[in-house]
Amino acid sequence: MQLNINGQTHEVDADADTPLLWVLRDNLGMTGTKFGCGLAQCGACSVLVDGQVTRSCVTTVDMLEGTEITTIEAIEQDDVGARVVEKWVEHQVPQCGYCQSGQVMAATALLKEVAQPTEEDVRAAMINLCRCGTYNYIKAAIDDLSGRKGEPL
Amino acid sequence: MDMIKGLIPGVDPQDFTHGAPVNLSRRSVLRGALGIGAGAMVLGFGLPSGTARAQAAATMAPGSNVPAFLEIRPDSTVRLLSPFVEGGQGIFTGMAQIIGEELDADPSSFIVENAPAGADYLVIGGQMRITGGSMSVRMSYPLMRKLGASARAMLITAAADQLQVPASELTTEPGVVIHAGSNRRIAYGDLATAAFDLPVPDPETVALRDPATFRWIRQPVKRLDVYDKSTGRAEYSIDVTVDGMLHGAVQHAPRLGLMVETIRNRDQVAALPGVHAVEILDGAVAVVAQRWWTAKRAVEALEVDWVEGTDLPKGWRALPADFSSDAFAQELAAATGPETEAEAHGDAPGVLDAAQTVISATYHSQYLHHAQLEPPSTLARFNPDGTLDLWLPNQAPEQYQAAVAGLTGLEPAQINIHSPILGGFFGRHFLYPAASAYPQAIELARRTGRPVKVIWTREQEFLRDPMRPMAAVRFRGTLDDNGMPLAIEAVSATEGPTEAVYGHGDSVDETAVEGLSKKAYAIPNLRIAQVYVENPVMLAYWRSVGNSMNDFFYESFLDELANAGGQDPLALRKHLLRDTPRLTKLLEAVVDLSGGWKRGPFTAEDGSMRARGIGMASPFGSEAAAIAEVSIENGQVRVHDIWEVLDPGAIVNPMLVRQQIRGAAALGLSQVLMEEARWDKGEPVARNYDMYSILPPDQMPEIHVGILESGAPIGGVGEPPLPAVPPAVANAVAALTGKPVRRMPLSRLRFDS
Repeated sequence: MQLNINGQTHEVDADADTPLLWVLRDNLGMTGTKFGCGLAQCGACSVLVDGQVTRSCVTTVDMLEGTEITTIEAIEQDDVGARVVEKWVEHQVPQCGYCQSGQVMAATALLKEVAQPTEEDVRAAMINLCRCGTYNYIKAAIDDLSGRKGEPL
Repeated sequence: MDMIKGLIPGVDPQDFTHGAPVNLSRRSVLRGALGIGAGAMVLGFGLPSGTARAQAAATMAPGSNVPAFLEIRPDSTVRLLSPFVEGGQGIFTGMAQIIGEELDADPSSFIVENAPAGADYLVIGGQMRITGGSMSVRMSYPLMRKLGASARAMLITAAADQLQVPASELTTEPGVVIHAGSNRRIAYGDLATAAFDLPVPDPETVALRDPATFRWIRQPVKRLDVYDKSTGRAEYSIDVTVDGMLHGAVQHAPRLGLMVETIRNRDQVAALPGVHAVEILDGAVAVVAQRWWTAKRAVEALEVDWVEGTDLPKGWRALPADFSSDAFAQELAAATGPETEAEAHGDAPGVLDAAQTVISATYHSQYLHHAQLEPPSTLARFNPDGTLDLWLPNQAPEQYQAAVAGLTGLEPAQINIHSPILGGFFGRHFLYPAASAYPQAIELARRTGRPVKVIWTREQEFLRDPMRPMAAVRFRGTLDDNGMPLAIEAVSATEGPTEAVYGHGDSVDETAVEGLSKKAYAIPNLRIAQVYVENPVMLAYWRSVGNSMNDFFYESFLDELANAGGQDPLALRKHLLRDTPRLTKLLEAVVDLSGGWKRGPFTAEDGSMRARGIGMASPFGSEAAAIAEVSIENGQVRVHDIWEVLDPGAIVNPMLVRQQIRGAAALGLSQVLMEEARWDKGEPVARNYDMYSILPPDQMPEIHVGILESGAPIGGVGEPPLPAVPPAVANAVAALTGKPVRRMPLSRLRFDS
């Protein structure tokens, strides 16, 4: 089947019910998208499908033909994504970093939908787990991106 | 026990620096276990150009052989092989700051990787190397400064030779040697080849910078890894690939101790497209396939008959078929047996037996998962020259190397341990029996003749993740005429992770009781003891180890005593710490940070009833105090704010320290609010994050952070902020509800809103 990933068409040889996550990681060698739980619980595997944040560990590839998939590898090619990365660096968000691909994807999806999300919007959208507890930093970075700049942590 | 104390995270590693006596028999056993000794030094692929020189210099003291650690490239970037692994704590950046300060190279010019196994890297006490126990900076700080200074001295010597001037006329600026007299400058990158061929100076002879002139140490230097971690470029063990690699997935026995009797549909599964092999392993079945998803689907399709195993691998504990963690908690609460004293002064039993009023309470902690986001994996590759390459998450390369040597019969020198950055660890990746994928990956690579990468699903990980121990602590306390504690006795029925992993001995396991013992409060009569109860499950270190639960017990019971004596809990602590200026100052600092002590209950601006609680802890050479503010929402506890001050004596990077305080506080909060690994009828209740909750973002309060540098000997940072948080929360809840909180997690309790 053909998948459109990061603006390129990839011919993919995979069973129809293979989750996108494993096609990205194993077939295409794009390991920036992470496996954490396999159950859509943690969000480490988040990608964008037609701009919507999507958990790639439970999204099978047969549902994705004809869609535009964006992964962390291409995040800086998106204007919003590039700003998110910039603020992630400025606010020194990541610790171990394993969940952060998914966090950046979730933040990008949110800001593409709502340029200046409210705190309630942020609470509703930023639900990915982080075991290092970087949540205060994620919030600070998104507040900054939303025009609510506070003191750096 | 002294040696093992030094080896184990959280257990008085300063014994090394204080020259405490060492039990020689224990030492030799552990030296063997660690693979220390002739032939143990192994150099992996991709070492700096100084590899040959590093080998020749292997008799140098660990931590001093400059070419084994540093490579300066032609563009003057500095490649550092760190003795400590990066797992989120920021140690790669911290090491670059410490070494860069003395080398005179900007930390931002560093590229840092974890060093391979090898004698040069045994920098903790010159004998061992782990990343744990919050030891990295405090145990290596002088050594790493000298390493940087030695490298700078070598660069200056090489420049003196090249410029034909006395070395005394040369100075440096970041990345450059300067001869001011002739206005000549040579970049480090142009000197490195000659410099690192020179003999390494005696580290005791090199001059160190005056700390007053530090440029990077004590500054909030930005992390070196943040951009890569924000763009998916950072590579973890789970991401590594090699040519010709196959993928392995496993199905673990539902209980440790069960072995495979038969696989009923082995041939059918082996015939599935993409499946390379179906294999039987110790307590597991495995499928090797072209793709991991194929392997995973196939291994889950295997119909396995399990049977109670005999002759289990060393260290495995067979879980009883009817094991219930709730029943075990009751067993602990009722456990009697020999009590091993960890600390005693005065006559607590006598005073308590004679007291008219005794406050008694039994406290409970729970089993916990590490729940690091990166699932375990191992990539194993046998090479034509007989060597074995392994890529796996680990906190102790030499220990894994020695274990693999024992498993395979290879010499340690034939085993290359690659240690990519960790997707979280929290104690998960020490060497524990049955808890790592490496025996499986090695065996599958051997059987298939191909490199194999085994990845555990979250479900398979939760079946083999060893637990933070459970404890039941029986307290007795009594008060003097002023309502202040006169005697406290705490008897903990538990098993420490150290005795669980290395064997139970005659003396108390410090990792079982730390946080009950060695509290700073002036209690006239005190007795802390342990009743050893072997756990049916496998145990492990978990961030802040014994302190993670013991400070909850002690600090919460202290609030019970305060209430019984009609004392304010802050005033009581101040009284008990009146002769300890460092902790008095710490208490004042956290109270100031929170805007003044306000216990409550009080009505907040949003109309909710709230209260605050306080907790303190003295883990890993540092001091911590936390205040939490809580309310009850829909029958459950909500934490609104946490104020925490850490005094680690001295610091390297305030930004990293603040990150660690917030992260550790979040983990402590997760523990006290919601985490618990339970078993019922021999099976775990939770196999993934759906049933094992970890703190989600909407329950994260704002963590307000303070740092004190008291000037005390440098202490740990990664773990110490955790243990004060659970009791701060519990004491706030008790203040709000009027009822003590004697068990974690709070999600097990219902509260009236």
